[in-house]
Amino acid sequence: METFFQLLISGIAQGCVYGLVALGFVLIYKATEMVNFAQGDMMMLGAFFTITLINDLNWEYFPAIIAAILAMGVVGLFLERVLFRRMIGESPFAVLMVTIGLGYVLRSVAGMIWGHNPLSIETPYTDIRLHFGTVVLPAADVVVVAATVVLCALTYLFFRYTRFGVAMQATSQNQLAAYYAGIPVKRVVAASWALAAAIAAIAGILLIPLKSAYPEVGLVLGIKAFAAAIVGGFGSLPGAMIGGLVIGLVEIFTKYGIDGRVGFSVSDTSVYVLILVMLIVRPSGIFTSTQRKKV
Amino acid sequence: MKVAEPLLEVKNIETYYGLIAGIRGVSLEVRGGSIVTILGANGAGKTTVLKTISGAMTPEKGSVCYAGKDITGRDPDRITRLGIAHVPEGREVFPFLSTEENLKMGAFTRKNSTVNLELDRIFEYFPLLREQRKLPAGFLSGGQQQMLAIGRALMLRPQLMLLDEPSLGLSPKLVHATAEIIKSINQDQGVTVLLVEQNAQMALEIAHFGYILENGRVVLEDSTSRLSKATDVQEFYLGKKASSVRGKRRWKQRKTWR
Repeated sequence: METFFQLLISGIAQGCVYGLVALGFVLIYKATEMVNFAQGDMMMLGAFFTITLINDLNWEYFPAIIAAILAMGVVGLFLERVLFRRMIGESPFAVLMVTIGLGYVLRSVAGMIWGHNPLSIETPYTDIRLHFGTVVLPAADVVVVAATVVLCALTYLFFRYTRFGVAMQATSQNQLAAYYAGIPVKRVVAASWALAAAIAAIAGILLIPLKSAYPEVGLVLGIKAFAAAIVGGFGSLPGAMIGGLVIGLVEIFTKYGIDGRVGFSVSDTSVYVLILVMLIVRPSGIFTSTQRKKV
Repeated sequence: MKVAEPLLEVKNIETYYGLIAGIRGVSLEVRGGSIVTILGANGAGKTTVLKTISGAMTPEKGSVCYAGKDITGRDPDRITRLGIAHVPEGREVFPFLSTEENLKMGAFTRKNSTVNLELDRIFEYFPLLREQRKLPAGFLSGGQQQMLAIGRALMLRPQLMLLDEPSLGLSPKLVHATAEIIKSINQDQGVTVLLVEQNAQMALEIAHFGYILENGRVVLEDSTSRLSKATDVQEFYLGKKASSVRGKRRWKQRKTWR
């Protein structure tokens, strides 16, 4: 039973990271109908920013993560301005190639700067274990879950109650009408990229204590997060989080439940099997947000 | 009395969809305080003219001047900020936002203090919308969505309103109601209106001046009182049939402007 809870929490923690990266996928997709395959690599970049600030520049933990999040926001703005604004109206395939290319560039540049050995940082909660009765949980897992809950609540409040948040929703639902209502659509799109990049940075920061950081960390994780976005129904923000949790849990329970018994690794494949099943059974995902237009 | 400058002046615009010309040299003027209508068959270029004015499309040639300022090719949201509200064809609402949020988005360009006052005013115009204020706009009926789209444009407190086929797909009763609303927007709020319509009868009734568009060109322009008397307009847009001496319709009836 204790093992079950420990697996549950660490599956949820891993799922939160997938969910946050998936959130970035969905945010950008909703604002621009582009699928950004470099989302995982943006997460990796955010993690490396934090590591540099803490290990090399000797910053405190909290100022460092805030600076890293803001810096990634600026990177998001920059990428939108120089790269993706030009891609508006291009074929989806061209956009896809650009994002895949961007991923390669980010990974190799990160490799040149930070090398290919896994790096990690001392966080205020490293090596702390929390005891709940007989269940022992690493603080890192609990922090990931708590931070994700807070972040989701803030995101929800932002989209639901702020003028700019509602305008972002409006733009994703009907871009033409948004233009005609006087909403600065270009600024909204830029803000979506900044937000997606900042959330990717948060995912990266939360990931370091779980997995440590290396240039390729975002590649596989990005694909799994993409799976999470599909499971949740591409285009739904809560769906992306739920999808992330599903992927995280499926992965960890197949790892400890099945791998040991059959003698080879099923867990790595389980996620991809899940995408296939999902696409066959319910291609629109758990949460669908499509609606027919009335005539 | 000095004749006022036109509020909107479109000079010789040519707009293309790829290689295909949507409009080939349209000029028109809209005087402040008036209702001007553009009539024409499908594909004549009416919607393209409106899109070019509001900035959704950029003309290859020609210019659009608003209140003495050249606004050709600016981004649509910047043109909206100048006081031009475009109500596009086909009830473009934000389907997952509530009716009220939809309306509030219309006032995105203004400061928050006056928004609620404005909202009450819109609800007086469209009492049905008040009842549905919490409902997602996607669940409204077609007519209600059209009302919402017009209401959202009014939230902007525009000087000039571009209306693209507001009566499309509405019941005869609602068409009449829409006509009344357009008239009252013009008279009570002092909003200048540029109206594109297929329903020529309704448009000629409420407008002061009309342009007839064919194949991307203006073929006729006159005050609506004279337009509705012109025999070709009656024949081709109002559906009145001229009959010859023998009581049969001549097969070779031609439009005189050709």
